Amino acid sequence: MGALATTASPVAAAEAADIRQYLTFALGSEMFAVGTLSVKEIIEYGHLTEVPMMPGFIRGVINLRGAVVPVIDLAARFGRNPTQITRRTCIVIIEVPTGEERHDIGVVVDAVSEVLEIPAGEIEPAPAFGAKIRTDFIQGMGKVNGKFVILLDVGKVLSVDEISTLASVAGQVPQAMAA
Amino acid sequence: MNLDEALKTFIIESRELLEQMEEALLHIERAQDDPEIINAIFRAAHTIKGSAGLFGLEYIVAFTHVAESVLDRVRSAELQIGADLVALLLFSRDHIGTLVNHADTGEDPSEASNVRSRELITRLNAYLGHKAEVPATAKNGMPAELEPHLERSSAEHVETDNWHISLRFGRDVLRNGMDPLSFIRYLGTFGTLVNVVTVVETVPPISQLDAESCHLGFEISFQTSVDKAMIEGAFDFVRDDCQIRIMPPHSKISEYVQVIRDLPGKEMRLGEILVQCGTLTAAELEQTLRQQAQSEAQDKRPIGEVLLEQHIVRPEVVAAALDKQKQVKDQKTAESSLIRVDAEKLDQLINLVGELTIASAGTALIAQRAGITELQEAASTLSRLVEKVRDSALTLRMVQIGGTFSRFQRVVRDVSRELGKDIELVISGGETELDKTVVEKIGDPLTHLVRNSMDHGIEPAEVRLAQGKPAKGTLRLNAYHDSGSIVIEVSDDGGGLKKDKILRKAIERGLVQPDANLSDKEIFNLIFEAGFSTADVVSNLSGRGVGMDVVRRNISALRGSIDLDSEEGKGTTISIRLPLTLAIIDGFLVGVGKSSFVVPLDLVVECIELSDEDRRAANERNYLSLRGQVLPYLRLRDMFDVKCAPVRRENVVVVQYGNARAGLVVDSLQGEFQTVIKPLSRIFSHINGIGGSTILGSGEVALILDVPRLVQQVGSQAEKSCLEAA
Repeated sequence: MGALATTASPVAAAEAADIRQYLTFALGSEMFAVGTLSVKEIIEYGHLTEVPMMPGFIRGVINLRGAVVPVIDLAARFGRNPTQITRRTCIVIIEVPTGEERHDIGVVVDAVSEVLEIPAGEIEPAPAFGAKIRTDFIQGMGKVNGKFVILLDVGKVLSVDEISTLASVAGQVPQAMAA
Repeated sequence: MNLDEALKTFIIESRELLEQMEEALLHIERAQDDPEIINAIFRAAHTIKGSAGLFGLEYIVAFTHVAESVLDRVRSAELQIGADLVALLLFSRDHIGTLVNHADTGEDPSEASNVRSRELITRLNAYLGHKAEVPATAKNGMPAELEPHLERSSAEHVETDNWHISLRFGRDVLRNGMDPLSFIRYLGTFGTLVNVVTVVETVPPISQLDAESCHLGFEISFQTSVDKAMIEGAFDFVRDDCQIRIMPPHSKISEYVQVIRDLPGKEMRLGEILVQCGTLTAAELEQTLRQQAQSEAQDKRPIGEVLLEQHIVRPEVVAAALDKQKQVKDQKTAESSLIRVDAEKLDQLINLVGELTIASAGTALIAQRAGITELQEAASTLSRLVEKVRDSALTLRMVQIGGTFSRFQRVVRDVSRELGKDIELVISGGETELDKTVVEKIGDPLTHLVRNSMDHGIEPAEVRLAQGKPAKGTLRLNAYHDSGSIVIEVSDDGGGLKKDKILRKAIERGLVQPDANLSDKEIFNLIFEAGFSTADVVSNLSGRGVGMDVVRRNISALRGSIDLDSEEGKGTTISIRLPLTLAIIDGFLVGVGKSSFVVPLDLVVECIELSDEDRRAANERNYLSLRGQVLPYLRLRDMFDVKCAPVRRENVVVVQYGNARAGLVVDSLQGEFQTVIKPLSRIFSHINGIGGSTILGSGEVALILDVPRLVQQVGSQAEKSCLEAA
């Protein structure tokens, strides 16, 4: 089984500046969403190679058609318990802009649900507290069928610089223990 | 027409020639008397001028011509080459480079370049004395040195003192991107075209005429003071497909006979043309034809023999000429065995070979699982071939580092002048080969290190003398292969690093705690930290505190490491250790828990089993006895915090890196594996001990161990913990 779903046409999304498409997915009982423009593909969870001396939220790396792509456990990144792998667990490959370059990063999610169109008017600013994840990770709160979906700021959640700094700190810990 | 391509070739060749010229100029400062070097410089300038003329690049021709004239005087020992002249010629070389760049972009030279041209020409002319810029076109016939060989008094010589050139262009000259007229134009730059008669006899009727073919021929009467080689040089580009005869002034009539006989076309008509050109008088023509008739019966003899018989040249001259001809021929064959290939094409090939390697590993794995003997055999043959293909593909990209090194001659020369220090650059190991991509990326860091050594390392002459060192500082660049990597050393015999000064500065900048207990190595390595500079004076060159950290970053980006060794008062050596290639390596696959790791095979010395005794003692000591020698080891299982159940047997992979030797304790040994290196995401840029990743035959990712980092890290930790315990 390869890709379960592909991204919707980016042209359509770009045309409607105020109505944007979001891919929603579940982490535990909560719904999150990212803009479809940054989603490259969705694949089944599997064939993951662990990278030692990394913080818990870095699951490892996968072989994505010849390219080696890191995989992040989103729940663990938010400081929650690591995702339990089930039959519906997926890896969403997200393209993260970092300065001039773009990096592909995979994120582990419990289940992918659907692509939604959320008009700009239906998006509330992030609450000051209460979401139990870092406020700067939240781009906004989308209202869908009377429920809130947390729209994630991909650049912040998957900030390559921040993750690599965290990784380097984690890399020191086992050494300290060894010493 | 592929004139554009020809122009591109011209530009590439010119740049190469300019590089050679620079090298030779730098060399000549030390070895003045070597005529071969002066000739090399002259030839470079000459060739550039000649080719530029072909493309009608007047601005290059005009400027290079003056430089060439000066070089010619140096060559004929009329002018002594000194430091000032070398400096001026270096400037001229740079300027020719600028002009060639103009040709490359297809623009006319900018006003600034023109001003620079005029300025340099004026300075060059000063060396020419009152001699005119362009070689005299006065009727001084042959260059003086050739005159004794000629028998001018003979009645059989033609009257005129002009050269005569017979040209028959080949059919494909136009298709090859050459314009016949430009050759004639070029001749005009160093002489006077007295008469040009176009030979149109071979032009077919218009109905059969192919506009792309060249049917032209010329008979040219030419007046110049240059020698034959120079005139021949004008036709370098077409010599192969054209018939060219160049007759010096006062040539023997019999030679004209030869010309008339050799060239296609009716004899009589040709003779008339010669008369028309003014080369032969009517009487001479008659004599010529008569002689021709006489000699018709004789067998054709080699031209050299004929020349000898006619006392035109002395035997030794012929021998020398033949020798020279042979050399040129040999050189040509050597050249023609090289092909210029677009670097991008090579990279593409290497990438494909990489994919092929992975695919072949996959096939081998499947064959093994299937258990069909024939299939396994076929797969292993395939793997062996793929391995060979891989190796030869990789060697395509290998280049010698010497080219990069010799560029530093100029850097050292310029910088030492700027600093007012006398510094000599000593290069060794230039023949060491490494991957082109690595070579390209190593230039900048090396430049930085070289400049740094010159600025901060080597002391001013008076300080050196006071310390009993020679006034002249020495900077060394050295390269050698060492266990699968290349080591590049930049060393100077300067003042060395002052440990206390570095430490003080580091504490000042908050880089280390005041009570930190650091080893010598750690102190030296502080200079690679960002924002660190011990230079008291911020100079134009260095000392701003940017740089060493950038150098280290650049080197790590190449999967290399940098090490510094210094002794106060004696000097500093910086060693850069780089992998030979960035693409594919031979790996050794080991298993720890469920994961597989790749150890670069070059580093693996041997594999042994970890004895039960050593396993039991692992808590107290992490070393074992390898045939009586102490071998420290690290358990990857502990290091990587692998949570799988322990295995019954563990193995030790003994690795050697530089002078260090260590053991890596792993669960299983899985054998050799051709490893295509895939870069890891930037997320892992700070990770120590993992150098990259690769894809196994099964499609899974395996991590490549960065053994030196791993060993180094363990070493420093052990040292620290011991210090803390004490």
